[in-house]
Amino acid sequence: METRKAIISVNNLVKNYDDFKAVQGLTFDVYEHEIFGLLGPNGAGKTTTLEIIETLREKTSGEITVDGLSIDKQAQEIKQIIGVQLQAAGYYPNLNLIELIELFAGLYGADIKPMAMLEKVNLQDKAKAKYKALSGGQKQRFSIATTLINQPKIIFLDEPTTGLDPQARRNLWDLIKEIRNNGTTVVITTHYMDEAEQLCDRVAFVERGRIIALDTPDNLIDNLVNSGFERKKEVKKANLEDVFINLTGQEWRE
Amino acid sequence: MQNDTKSAKGNPETVNFSNTKATLALAKASFRSIMRSPSAVIFTLAFPLIFILVFGFLGGGGTHIDVGIAPGSDMSNPVIGMLEQTRMIRLKKEKSKVEFDKLLEKGNIDAMIDVQRKVNSQAYSVKVVYTSASMDKGNILRSVLNNLFYDKSLKPTVAEIKESTVEGREYKTIDFILPGQLGFSLLSTGVFGTAFVFLSLRQTLVIKRFFATPVKRSSIVIGEAIARIGFALIGALFIIVLGHFFFGFTLVHGVLTVVNMLILATLGVIVFMGFGFIISGIAKSESMVPPISNIVTLPQFLLSGTFFSIEAFPNWLQPISRALPLTYLNDAMRKVAFEGLGLWDVKQQILILILWGIGIYAVAVKVFKWE
Repeated sequence: METRKAIISVNNLVKNYDDFKAVQGLTFDVYEHEIFGLLGPNGAGKTTTLEIIETLREKTSGEITVDGLSIDKQAQEIKQIIGVQLQAAGYYPNLNLIELIELFAGLYGADIKPMAMLEKVNLQDKAKAKYKALSGGQKQRFSIATTLINQPKIIFLDEPTTGLDPQARRNLWDLIKEIRNNGTTVVITTHYMDEAEQLCDRVAFVERGRIIALDTPDNLIDNLVNSGFERKKEVKKANLEDVFINLTGQEWRE
Repeated sequence: MQNDTKSAKGNPETVNFSNTKATLALAKASFRSIMRSPSAVIFTLAFPLIFILVFGFLGGGGTHIDVGIAPGSDMSNPVIGMLEQTRMIRLKKEKSKVEFDKLLEKGNIDAMIDVQRKVNSQAYSVKVVYTSASMDKGNILRSVLNNLFYDKSLKPTVAEIKESTVEGREYKTIDFILPGQLGFSLLSTGVFGTAFVFLSLRQTLVIKRFFATPVKRSSIVIGEAIARIGFALIGALFIIVLGHFFFGFTLVHGVLTVVNMLILATLGVIVFMGFGFIISGIAKSESMVPPISNIVTLPQFLLSGTFFSIEAFPNWLQPISRALPLTYLNDAMRKVAFEGLGLWDVKQQILILILWGIGIYAVAVKVFKWE
């Protein structure tokens, strides 16, 4: 994180739905090649913010640039350099994974080998399966594969690990880190703080449409500790999830 | 250009977005999806084929009049002979008078005839018993008999009848039924298929995910339309070819007629898809699609001359029939297929279909929802 070049700049973003103020003046930068986490409770405005950056939703006011492109004037160009995974999105019915990848390749005008895309997310064995027949973890990995088709500079993942078992979750973390290491910036939302701690280079806490904290997980924790915070229960060197993984194995099941 | 490396990292792949490519990718995906959707195949192919099979096997003549011959009737007379040669009439023999009476009451036979040679004369007396259970067929028989007697009663021994018939193309049941079924198949494909697909794509956020790609909205609609029209035309071709070779469906100018029919079919599907767009916009859930779709399709199924000529409807009903788009598609199809007319000759029907199309799409643009 030495080169702190902002690839996404959000400046004073506001979004109102009639009376409801979903986003109230968000300002933050996402740096190149980092995993940036948007954290916060349900209804805090995380998904709205993501969808505005993804050009899927109109903003009320504020400025956003993505890789130097203005969201107002260059939405079409932005779409070509980002990959988007939506919360709970489905895929075209009755098609198998290879056919879905082909469809997205056509939609992006990307010249790719569908099988190679599936191999990236370790789904080559499911090439002929329908999306509906996949397990939760496989669905998420497939969704991530579709975000990589246009070789995007940034991918957006909206709660990718919700509902997954610990093995599938860790497996997905590895995949996301690998994508980041290959040079893609990742913006992710999650409810799980352990996930954010392990995965994100920097996190922003969003509450009622405002950012209430933004830093590396380490700094945020240190700040809290320095302020005199202590856990009620003494922290052990392992937690229950470590026990679970230790007992049931790292190996990820389908 | 592209090498075989599994990791695409650093590949000089260029992303060249093209609307045409995106549209075709969507069309291909949609077509694959339709072909694997049981309901699409059933509505487009199975239903029409079942009806065609049923009516195809009902035989060529269409109407049959079953006439019982009373026991003890004279058989070797010209009247019976002529009736035997009339294809429409099926003579039933070898039943007792009581049995015939029962069949008459139930309308299972349409009339009973008893021919007796008059005493000391060469003339015959013919007694016909009709039944109120089947008055219309009885009336046909009456006019058939009138034709016979007009000649015969004067010269009873002469078996020859001077009738001149213009050699015409035989209008078979299939020539009426097949275009109607074809029209209905196009209607259901257009309405149900389009409504279901767009509603479910919207609800499962597939369309939203598409919007995150550079694809244009028009490409999504056009891609879907290409697939649906392609599927409908394959279905239409299948129905026409099967009807022609197995049931003798008349194609006056052969391949040219088929091409004209397919052009009409395309126009029909495009118009009917408009209903589908509207329904996908107003339906709030998938379970609302069938009832709303039926409101559109059922009246047309019944009133647009799919099974019966609309001339057979009561006068007050005919204006309704003449307001429905399927009526004009069916009409144009029949004229093209059986009368061998060109597309220009059915321009009136085409024009009305286009007007319907304009009206439907004007509404569709208002009520269609993307999200």
